[in-house]
Amino acid sequence: MVPPSSLRSRHPEGAPHRPGDPSGAGTSSIALQLTPPVQYVLRIADTCLIHAQRLAEWCGHGPVLEEDIALTNMALDLLGQARSLLSHAGRLEGQGHDEDQLAFLRDERDFFNLTLVEQPMRRSSAHAPGGDFADTVLRNFLLAAWLKTLWTRLAASSDDDLAAIAGKAVKEARYHQQHAGDWVLRLGDGTEESAARLRAALDRAWPYTHEMFRRDAVDAAAEAAGLGPGRDVLREAWLAEVAAVLAAAKLARPADTPFLSTGTLGRHSEHMGFILAEMQSLQRQYPGGRW
Amino acid sequence: MSAVTNEWPLWEVFVRPKAGLDHKHCGSLHAPDAKMAVQLAREVYTRRQEGTSVWVVKSSDITASDPGDKGMLFDPMEDKVYRHPTFYELPESVNHM
Repeated sequence: MVPPSSLRSRHPEGAPHRPGDPSGAGTSSIALQLTPPVQYVLRIADTCLIHAQRLAEWCGHGPVLEEDIALTNMALDLLGQARSLLSHAGRLEGQGHDEDQLAFLRDERDFFNLTLVEQPMRRSSAHAPGGDFADTVLRNFLLAAWLKTLWTRLAASSDDDLAAIAGKAVKEARYHQQHAGDWVLRLGDGTEESAARLRAALDRAWPYTHEMFRRDAVDAAAEAAGLGPGRDVLREAWLAEVAAVLAAAKLARPADTPFLSTGTLGRHSEHMGFILAEMQSLQRQYPGGRW
Repeated sequence: MSAVTNEWPLWEVFVRPKAGLDHKHCGSLHAPDAKMAVQLAREVYTRRQEGTSVWVVKSSDITASDPGDKGMLFDPMEDKVYRHPTFYELPESVNHM
């Protein structure tokens, strides 16, 4: 695709992004100045952003009109959370990067989302075979419960901005958890087919939940600074809520596995590149494009 | 025996725009049950801050007047203008009547 000449003229092909370039944004990736607090915030921001991107794949494809709107609303809530957090990560980084640069001009290795959110969740989405509405429902539920637990604790952060973002987001996560939890109940305790599909989705998702609670040096630094909780702290509250809904939906909790995904370290599954290609292509083809 | 159907029942949605005002009918939607109908009504009808409270009623639970009876039910009121309080002189101090 050839950009219109008006857009192309400002940015000759192949022109690298020069910091401080008065013409604005470039197309090449930004160099991230990574510190533990920046990585801590980016982990949450990227988890919200990539989950929103995956949910947005349902737009116009939902099983019924009403749920299509519900999924898109949730994607927009998550995108709003991601935007606030990315802007905040940019402030913490101190290199003048804004939310757009952080979302659209970072390379795969500089994204720190949970690997779970990259996994396919809609059967017919591009490059994502195998997904199912059950994957969507279940992942929404597991993540909303995790995010709610996290937001609740982040509301007491020593970082005022982060506390304010969390205070607003916790209401949204509560609703997401209720809505997705109701679906888990319906599908799990529904027909034979819906139960079988939800069980399969649970088996697919469960190994990735290990990463949600894997404490590392970034968590320890955040905890020491009062920025937020280590991920290991979230497990007990999360498991209590998740186990209650799984039991009500007549689903057995899968056994924990040693498999540990590494998205929060910047090492992603094979799906991540395709998501970024789709998500970033417009901003990279039309640098600084706004509408 | 009723036929098995894949259609969810239809619900009528009433939204209260703000405290002190009445719930107002604003549309309908399909939902599997009342609880989900409230959630989906929230998604479909209040996402631009239109409401502070939502009611849902199964459409099949509403008993409506027959459109064929419109003439019989409503036309007789046409020539009874004396039922409107329009023949009173209102004092200046009474506004918004």
